[in-house]
Amino acid sequence: MKKYLLKRLAMSIITIWAVITITFFLMHAVPGNPFAKEGKMPKVVYDNLQKKYGLDKPLREQYVIYLKNVLKGDFGDSMKSRVETVNDMIERGFPVSARIGAQALLIAIVFGPALGALAALYQNKFPDYFSMVLAILGISVPSFIMGTIFIQFIAKNVSWIPIGGWGTWRHTLLPSLALAMMPLAHMARLMRSSMLEVLGQDYIKTAQSKGITKSAVILKHAVRNAILPVVSILGTTISNLLVGSFVIEKIFGIPGLGSFFTKSISNRDYTLIMGTTIFYAIILVALLFTVDLAYMFIDPRIKLTQEGR
Amino acid sequence: MSKKFFVLMSILLVAAMVFTGCSKPADAPEVATPDAPTDEPAPEPTGEKILRANNASEPGSLDPALAQGTHESWVLDHSFEGLMKLDQEGHVASGMAEDYKISDDFLTYTFTLRDGIKWSNGDPVTAEDFEFAWKRAIDPELAADYAFQIADYVKGGNAYLSGEGSLDDVAIKALDDKTLEVTLEAPTAYFLELTAFYTYYPVNKNVVEANPDWAKSADTHVSNGPFYLTEWEHDASLKMRKNDNYYDADKVHLDGIDLTIIDDENTTWQAYEGGEYDLLLPIPQAVVAKMKDEGNPELVLGGEVGTYYFNLNNDVKPFNNAKVRKGLSYALDKATITDKIAQGGQMPAEGVVPFGMFDEDGKEYRDKVGNLIPYDLDLAKNLFEEGLAEEGMTIDDFNSKGFVLLYNTQESHKKIAQAAQEMWRTNLGIEIGLENVDFQVKLDREKAGDYDISRAGWIGDYMDPMTFIDLWYSKSSFNDANYNNPKYDELVLKAKSTADQKVRFEAMREAENILMDEMPIVPVYFYTQPYAQKPYVTGVYKPLVNYPRLTYADINK
Repeated sequence: MKKYLLKRLAMSIITIWAVITITFFLMHAVPGNPFAKEGKMPKVVYDNLQKKYGLDKPLREQYVIYLKNVLKGDFGDSMKSRVETVNDMIERGFPVSARIGAQALLIAIVFGPALGALAALYQNKFPDYFSMVLAILGISVPSFIMGTIFIQFIAKNVSWIPIGGWGTWRHTLLPSLALAMMPLAHMARLMRSSMLEVLGQDYIKTAQSKGITKSAVILKHAVRNAILPVVSILGTTISNLLVGSFVIEKIFGIPGLGSFFTKSISNRDYTLIMGTTIFYAIILVALLFTVDLAYMFIDPRIKLTQEGR
Repeated sequence: MSKKFFVLMSILLVAAMVFTGCSKPADAPEVATPDAPTDEPAPEPTGEKILRANNASEPGSLDPALAQGTHESWVLDHSFEGLMKLDQEGHVASGMAEDYKISDDFLTYTFTLRDGIKWSNGDPVTAEDFEFAWKRAIDPELAADYAFQIADYVKGGNAYLSGEGSLDDVAIKALDDKTLEVTLEAPTAYFLELTAFYTYYPVNKNVVEANPDWAKSADTHVSNGPFYLTEWEHDASLKMRKNDNYYDADKVHLDGIDLTIIDDENTTWQAYEGGEYDLLLPIPQAVVAKMKDEGNPELVLGGEVGTYYFNLNNDVKPFNNAKVRKGLSYALDKATITDKIAQGGQMPAEGVVPFGMFDEDGKEYRDKVGNLIPYDLDLAKNLFEEGLAEEGMTIDDFNSKGFVLLYNTQESHKKIAQAAQEMWRTNLGIEIGLENVDFQVKLDREKAGDYDISRAGWIGDYMDPMTFIDLWYSKSSFNDANYNNPKYDELVLKAKSTADQKVRFEAMREAENILMDEMPIVPVYFYTQPYAQKPYVTGVYKPLVNYPRLTYADINK
């Protein structure tokens, strides 16, 4: 067990290092630079800027300097903002995104599997149709349309729900809901199909024939086994939700991390590209690891080591 | 459900909560994130007059020296004031300076500051503050993007900016508390107007020296304009309140300006319709078109000095031929592009210098120049074919080359590119392909000359035709068409070297005529800046080179 954990930890660090290295060199290979713009940029000014941000040094040297700083936890100055460092931006953006994400996750986890299970139990009856229509809507309607619909039909009609912006808990309601739709739908569909499969298994019949109450059969035997596929997608779902959705944040005017991912690239804001990428990589790696561990607790058949009995 | 499962779920949820930095469950209503203001945006209770608008993106800095564009300057223009300012009629008027003297050689300007002018913290505004601010803006260590706005004009400026000259040789000098003397490199007829530009705004020397991070937070931000900054939530909101220390405070009716920072035009438009804003820009193109059709009085088609055009790569055959270039230009139905596609009140381009600039007699510059780009299909076709023949090509040869119009990915550019493609196909019988790329890639390829035709646009920096004429000077950093005409260069230099308005404007008019006779670029339209304003808002005016000015606005609800 310990050995496995250490191995996973080492793998995680190597993964993150590889992400840093590949992103760094790819980013510099892409045409454009942080200071190019459709406007005047005299050479003097350009040279001063290159010097200020250390871009005048050879790329390899920049890479070594960057790695050293990252080890110290310093992501450097944003090349577009003279106000905040990359660390500042992540520190302020992440809690905002994570809050919306956590609320969305809560909604998805509470309602997704429940709807799925309900659908399976009442297969081809009204609850099934109802939840599957909802799920199909959730999967097929893109979030920017969902968000716009929410604004148009909810925010514009309910005076206490703001249309966009950030400030109070009320500002978080619609974006959380819009963000929750997709994972909720995914979970519902996964849950439904795995639940159907489980319900047909022999051990369910055995349990039923032993005279256990229906609710006990469902909760103790069916749901517990059916939930596994849902848990397996939690790692990526959580990391996606926590670091923010560019689309949702743009539509609702939310100052989260999401917009940094795209803005930093179109601005060629090198330090911000690196900072957000590394941050995302760390979260993703950490959560995948957690999910692996979670598997072990839920399903005793899965052993992480050969000798782990 | 098994206990273990509950335990796992709880752990995951708790972990998520920990990440959010909240100590309570995330959906508990009373919790606000550390960044968010805890107050509700409640309706203003005391009848305070607060104008609500939106600043489309987070300012990269609120230090005047480091500002680069409208997302910074809209706030700066309301919180700072330069020696001069632009008044309601678009004329240069006295700002912090009460008076000025210009030497006979038009090189030395001596400004005298007003009496009793103060910073928002109560300190007096002195000539030293200006000297300090301007020299700081061109400090190579500060590496300000807009440093050239000062360095290009002031004597010794560029030498210092490049790190070669010394600060002492920069000819900006506070003679005493109230007198500032500036010597220029060459006579510059629009220098007075430049002092109204944000790079020339003063900063409080004591504040900046004591705290280099002064401009990063509303608590330490000090300014000298009609409003001062009271709150800045990054990427969320900016608040300004009336500065009672401002010399013209009696005429300022607003108690403050609240700006949100939301970049989605559709969302902010919904909010404007929902009554959450008093004034809004930019507004979605489709909304502008609709409002214009309906004659909606809330739409204001604000003027702007900007030109939308296509670069023709003058180094690529047959675009090296002026007749070919003119053929392409004359074959574009620019009125259809403005009325049916751009739909924001833009005007078909008549040259490169847009409407709104004043000539030596204080009249509209374009009056004396007139429309230099006819829309004439026969002429276009003749010129185009003649030009091709001169280059030994036929239409088929041209089409076989597969020329491409390059534009940066954006819906509005795409529509205009498609319209141009279709007009050229119908009117000249030629095929031009379209290619969209990331903005940065477009800039890169233009600089490298790796394109045939490319979309471009230029918004004037100051109110003088030179801000446009200068672009096609052979050595200009923005001459992506690679136009090179010694006669044109000579006229540009002539206009730049004199303060004699008649000589200057003659030279600029002649230059524009030459340019449009050779057509290194294809001008399409002159920009506008539409904005929406509720009927109860009055007193807003729009200087052509700025966003709408709210200084003297009023709310009459």
